[in-house]
Amino acid sequence: MSDLAGKTPNDTSQRVTISIERSWSWKEFFLQWEWLLVVVLLLVIAVNSLISPYFLTWQTFISTPSTFLDKAFIVFPMMFVIILGRIDISVASTVALSAVIMAIAYNAGLPMPLAIVLCLLVGTVGGAINGLLMVKFKELSFVIVTLSTMIIYRGIAYIILGDRASGGFPRWFSFFGWGSVLGVPFIVLSFVAAAVFFGFLLHRTSFGRMVYGMGFNQTTCRYSGIKVDRVTMIVFTLTGLMAAVTAVFLTSRMGSTRPNVAMGYELEVIAMVALGGVSTSGGIGRIGGPILAVFIIGFLSYGMGLANLQAPVVLVVIGSLLIISVLSMKVRFRSRREKSAM
Amino acid sequence: MKDKHRRDRSTAFSENMRELGLLIFIVALGLVIQLRNPAFLTASNLNSLLTNTSILAVLAVGMMMVLVTRGIDLSIGSIIAFTGMVTAITVARFPGMSPLLALAQGSAMGMVFGMVTGILVARFDVLPIIATLGMMNIVRGLTYVVSGGRWVSSYQMSAGFKAIATGRLFGFNNLIAIAVIVYIAAAYFLNHTRTGRQIYAVGSNPEAALVSGLPKRRLIFLAYTIMGALAGLAGVLWVARFASAQGDTATGYELQVIAACILGGVSISGGVGKLSGLILGTILFGILSNALPLVNVSPFWQQGIQGATVLAAVITNVLVRRNTERTALRRRAI
Repeated sequence: MSDLAGKTPNDTSQRVTISIERSWSWKEFFLQWEWLLVVVLLLVIAVNSLISPYFLTWQTFISTPSTFLDKAFIVFPMMFVIILGRIDISVASTVALSAVIMAIAYNAGLPMPLAIVLCLLVGTVGGAINGLLMVKFKELSFVIVTLSTMIIYRGIAYIILGDRASGGFPRWFSFFGWGSVLGVPFIVLSFVAAAVFFGFLLHRTSFGRMVYGMGFNQTTCRYSGIKVDRVTMIVFTLTGLMAAVTAVFLTSRMGSTRPNVAMGYELEVIAMVALGGVSTSGGIGRIGGPILAVFIIGFLSYGMGLANLQAPVVLVVIGSLLIISVLSMKVRFRSRREKSAM
Repeated sequence: MKDKHRRDRSTAFSENMRELGLLIFIVALGLVIQLRNPAFLTASNLNSLLTNTSILAVLAVGMMMVLVTRGIDLSIGSIIAFTGMVTAITVARFPGMSPLLALAQGSAMGMVFGMVTGILVARFDVLPIIATLGMMNIVRGLTYVVSGGRWVSSYQMSAGFKAIATGRLFGFNNLIAIAVIVYIAAAYFLNHTRTGRQIYAVGSNPEAALVSGLPKRRLIFLAYTIMGALAGLAGVLWVARFASAQGDTATGYELQVIAACILGGVSISGGVGKLSGLILGTILFGILSNALPLVNVSPFWQQGIQGATVLAAVITNVLVRRNTERTALRRRAI
């Protein structure tokens, strides 16, 4: 610093260029994690079309995603949560609670549009409670907060509905899960809309930059005047809201709902985010990775269904994928760090 | 120096108050339940309460070690199911198998899973919650694969095997005796051996532990290995007790174990946890799940009540600790 200050500004021989943009390099471009995901996705699609010759027809190809996209809505806010360096394992319970409340509200006489609004509201409040607990009780780790709300939300769903199912929705409600606009399923369109919204939020707004910053170093962020509590609240509230969106689509596809609905969604969602190259230690990840990972895991489970593999095998595969992708992230960043240290 | 002593005494005092409070709460809860249903405080019900709680107690010991190292293990419910299933299949095929051998087999299998988790967490620094979430689903899937989706029922198990849960040792049910043995072993290990104390040291300040030359990774690995072995043991006990092994055995049981630990004063942020508190927490949790049906609380309320109890316990913990720290600061200021 001091020797820089000692130079006269006209001294061109010592000019230092500082650029925030990294210089373009083809090697770096093709070494991105996303390319690996693209290759894996193509591989999965190829294997699927070998198993079933109908897989690659336009009709099947465009409608298959409707079978797995319902949980994909949670992937985006979960990505924010993981970039913050935290994890929310209560999402599946939030889905169940908001779906159950929507169903009983409708059956108690509330008009369906209002019931859907209520469902979204329940999810939002559920997420906000998570955020509030974390902001007000900073001593508590995210693990214990979301673990206990995971038990409580599912518990409330059981208190409300017991072991019964609730359904009987109006016909138009099935449009969310089954309807299509111009030949493209509505759920796919909504997914694209959500992807654009969250991609914009993460990569093109100051809010997104704050989330990255807090993932790297929350203390620095607080001292830099970022309202860390507010960012945490917004991220967790968004997670609850998107869990409720998932509840709407899921209930619409199934036609009825039970308290034990969406069991194990948290695993799939976290696995999708981790496979998408988002580091679980926070601060790293881009929106494209999880989007590709949604389709990889979705098509993979669909293909295993085509190949007559039972659901338990799918569990094993998704669990292993989660661990392998987290491990490979560790190895990748460790080797990069060691290289830069040398 | 004098101040430091005083502060130590005040935190120790609040810890004891905590346990006393828990004890009073247990007694009050017992009285209320007794008033509602006189069948609660009978010898046979207490015996079955303790027998059912002993599996929870065995698991809670392992979970406490994991929590003390700042970890968490969500995979134990699946490990219970897997080891129980494999042991049941083995016993069904070889009816003459010694019960002790069955227990050893279960513990060994559980230990292997615990070691895998331990390697992931200790060697590769995978977040415990991620590693065990993955393991939970892998092991659950393997359980179904191994069993082919079928159940092993009571009639396929030998009388000798089922006697693990019905037999008596020193006048107590075997399960209670096993839980007591595990507690005594854990009390010796955690409080009177060097490795046991090192586990606490790693949990309360990992950096300091590493700087002082403690084998941090090896200790964390050890905690998960012990947890796995105890989960395997619990799997065998579970199958012997309920005389049936199913693919969905003990789904979500890990949450109850973690909840019992938290009620018992084990801190999820590591380094804190005593066996005396753990016993009280486990018994309180055992009462909650045993007595609620006795006073006509619908079983569907159970999960909600348990979750709310956990949240209330951790929040109370935080508030009490804040209060203690504030008083300590005020004392020092004067």
